[in-house]
Amino acid sequence: MKYLKFLLVGILFGVVLVKSEAVSWYRIYEMFRFQSFHMYGIIGTAIASGILFLQLSKKFNLKNSEKTNITVPKKENGFVQYIVGGTIFGLGWALIGACPGPLYIILGTGVYSMIIVIAAAVLGTFIYGVIKDKLPH
Amino acid sequence: MNYILNPWPWYVSGPLISLVMALLLYFGKTFGMSSNLKTMCTIAGAGKVSNFFKLNWKEQSWNLTVVLGAIIGGFIATQFLSNESITDLNPTTITELKQLGFENAGATLVPSEMYNLEAITSTKGLLLLIIGGLLVGFGTRYANGCTSGHAITGLSSLQKSSLIAVIGFFIGGLIMTNFILPLIFSL
Repeated sequence: MKYLKFLLVGILFGVVLVKSEAVSWYRIYEMFRFQSFHMYGIIGTAIASGILFLQLSKKFNLKNSEKTNITVPKKENGFVQYIVGGTIFGLGWALIGACPGPLYIILGTGVYSMIIVIAAAVLGTFIYGVIKDKLPH
Repeated sequence: MNYILNPWPWYVSGPLISLVMALLLYFGKTFGMSSNLKTMCTIAGAGKVSNFFKLNWKEQSWNLTVVLGAIIGGFIATQFLSNESITDLNPTTITELKQLGFENAGATLVPSEMYNLEAITSTKGLLLLIIGGLLVGFGTRYANGCTSGHAITGLSSLQKSSLIAVIGFFIGGLIMTNFILPLIFSL
């Protein structure tokens, strides 16, 4: 029961991303060629409604189900890790046509070769963990 | 019913994505899909190699449940909530992709030229998927987040670090799509 709500949120996430075509390789290509507004519209309205939700939560002191204030953990300050890591991820995102959420969603739509990408992504994360102390952050 | 079966417009989809973020925050969690890749490393025993992976993965089992749901959601959406409509791409995009060797752009979610059995059993095709996966896995952990953690959650909470990361996502994406993909697929 404790996990049912997370399963349902995941299902909602998967359905929305398929129906919005945000998991379409072609939509990602089109976005990075500036040939369509579609993806910018999705990301833009997602952020705008996200800002609205968080500002209203703050203003009205909304509590989460654990009775504490709704807050988003702060990411550490930095520059190099975000710009370099972000660029490396962006290269992969545009090649594969999927970011870490859609990897699983596309697998669910029946594209079984996505398992190769997921395995490689786990390996990529592992490589980061092994060499992270040698990287600038 | 057609409203459900046809692709959903961006102004419906965007707010629904932030609903996913809001629900997870309401349940006391944070929307971040790339964390699951780290959790999978931990489950596979990576904690023996690097302290980075030494964590109690059971605390992340909620997020793995979201992953399971996402897989089921992908299945439900294609099996029961879709019709035959194809992605309404810009005709210029379709022409460009045809020149790069991609037929039927938009008929499926991912190009068969990269993901079908023939592609993944060729050296080039297999390498592309592996390299792409490595870049996604390495890059998201280095940047400490992906599209859900930085672009949606981070920007919604007005964090400067996330803005820098998202600028990085676009630098990488623009380089890949505009300069590297044409090289890869014209070879």
